[in-house]
Amino acid sequence: MTSASRSKSAFQIMGQFWSVAFLVVALISLEIWTQIQYGRTFVFSAYNIQAILVLASIPLIIAIGQTFVIVSGGIDLSTGYVLGLSSVAAAQVLNLASPHMDALPALLVAGAAAVLVGAMAGRVNGFIVATLGVPPFIGTLGVFGIARGMAYLLAGGGSTVAVRNPILEAMGNGSIFGVRAPIFFAAIVLIVAYYALRHLRFGQYVYAIGANRSAAERVGINVKRQIASIYTLSGACAGIAALGCCARYSAGAPQAGEPMLLDSIAMVVIGGASLFGGSGTIIGTLIGALTIATVQYGLVVVNVEPFWQFITVGLIIIAAVLIDQAKGKFL
Amino acid sequence: MTLSQQEASGGMPIISLRGIGKQFGAVRALNNVDLEVREGEVVALVGDNGAGKSTMVKIMLGVFMPDSGEIRVRGQVQSFVTPADARAAGIETIYQDLALAGNLSIGENIYLGREPMRRAFGFLPVMDREAMHRAALNVTTHLDIEIANPRRPLGNMSGGQRQAVAISRAIHWNARLLIMDEPTAALGVPEQRRVIELIKSLKMKGVSIIIVSHNMNDVFEVADRIVVLLRGENAGNLVAAQTSHEEVVQRMVRGA
Repeated sequence: MTSASRSKSAFQIMGQFWSVAFLVVALISLEIWTQIQYGRTFVFSAYNIQAILVLASIPLIIAIGQTFVIVSGGIDLSTGYVLGLSSVAAAQVLNLASPHMDALPALLVAGAAAVLVGAMAGRVNGFIVATLGVPPFIGTLGVFGIARGMAYLLAGGGSTVAVRNPILEAMGNGSIFGVRAPIFFAAIVLIVAYYALRHLRFGQYVYAIGANRSAAERVGINVKRQIASIYTLSGACAGIAALGCCARYSAGAPQAGEPMLLDSIAMVVIGGASLFGGSGTIIGTLIGALTIATVQYGLVVVNVEPFWQFITVGLIIIAAVLIDQAKGKFL
Repeated sequence: MTLSQQEASGGMPIISLRGIGKQFGAVRALNNVDLEVREGEVVALVGDNGAGKSTMVKIMLGVFMPDSGEIRVRGQVQSFVTPADARAAGIETIYQDLALAGNLSIGENIYLGREPMRRAFGFLPVMDREAMHRAALNVTTHLDIEIANPRRPLGNMSGGQRQAVAISRAIHWNARLLIMDEPTAALGVPEQRRVIELIKSLKMKGVSIIIVSHNMNDVFEVADRIVVLLRGENAGNLVAAQTSHEEVVQRMVRGA
């Protein structure tokens, strides 16, 4: 690592300080609770850690796409149902393809369909936001509704489309060297996204647009095309996450991503990204994802009703934004 | 006192605009305007609001095409179709809002849109942040600009420091001609001083500058020549040392 990136990450640690602190507090509280209640460790249990990672993995993939959008100064509210639409599309394609080919090619076709449908929905977001100039909050909310309707239509009115594919099931519930498959899934997306946002011009322009759009235009960056690409990327991430959902539930479901929308935005914001744009990192989003998943898993461990998860995440996201507003735009 | 531009300065003209006309619908923004800047010369472009200063600047930057007239850069006729053409000819601008990204470092701002790449592990393309940083150190040392930690994002830098960063960017890209739009307008008095000093040191280093300003004190402090526009026409081409605030203001209001 060069000293330049060291000093930059030192600067960004400020933005992630709260998320790390929150994660540590959550872990310590859970440790104390389980020690008192069950006389067992929470943190040093490989089972618990693995469960948290699996819980984090699929929303993290959406949150990674969302990180690019939020750093560029936008927001993508459509992802919840773009995921659902992509998962139904993948399930239908898989069911159509399965009688005619082996498990692997059928799965590849279905996987491509999921990513393609997600990317296309994202490209529509990009067109609405970048070309038509609709504020992202409204533009992507519109696409949220459109994707929702299309997902249910494509599912034939039912709430799920069941699939059977041994490789897909292994991806959802299998393990590689003792590590659950969805964790690998998310890790690959994480590494590629880290590289793109940190080390490529593409990522640099995401930051530049988020900080000062007109400056980016003046130095010759094609801002509209870049924004369109950012939303396309977010949609593609929802498509990848959709495949993860299909793998996990052996079904495509229109509503599969709905609860993940809030979670994924919370992950990005807790990770230190500013909703004003211009700041945020993939590592921050990872920390945010671990935080949210720990809280959600912890609430199950301490045995409260699952609906408290939504309330907690909702409160966390508001608190994170308040902290962001208090610390100003770049510090 | 008016004089022909040939007498004004001994150097080669860096840029020379002759008979520039520009019409927007029924509005004649510029009519037969001449402007010349010689090597190492600082020319102030002054005029009331709507006099055509910014249209003139945008023509030099390739944002607008003139309807008539010709632009020569170092004697060669040029037609700027895009801002990139103007930049390629060595014309850089310091915009009023500076066009900087506050979340990026000086080097990253200098290279924004033209980042150098290297190969990590021999194959993986990555941005070369060290090269950007080295260039930033080079240019800030050359211009005598002090920045506490050049690797940090611009963040909360003062207006004057940001101005210096914007100027560094232009100098790094070998600007032959720097166009500065109201460089001191948004600054406090001490900061204004520092920017004026920076303009003077650029001039010492042989950079030609067009400064668009309303501030007569700034104009008289740095400019060799003052070109006055009034309702889209030339209303004076004055040697700064041989004119006065009163004469300039009078020409801005009533013409030659």
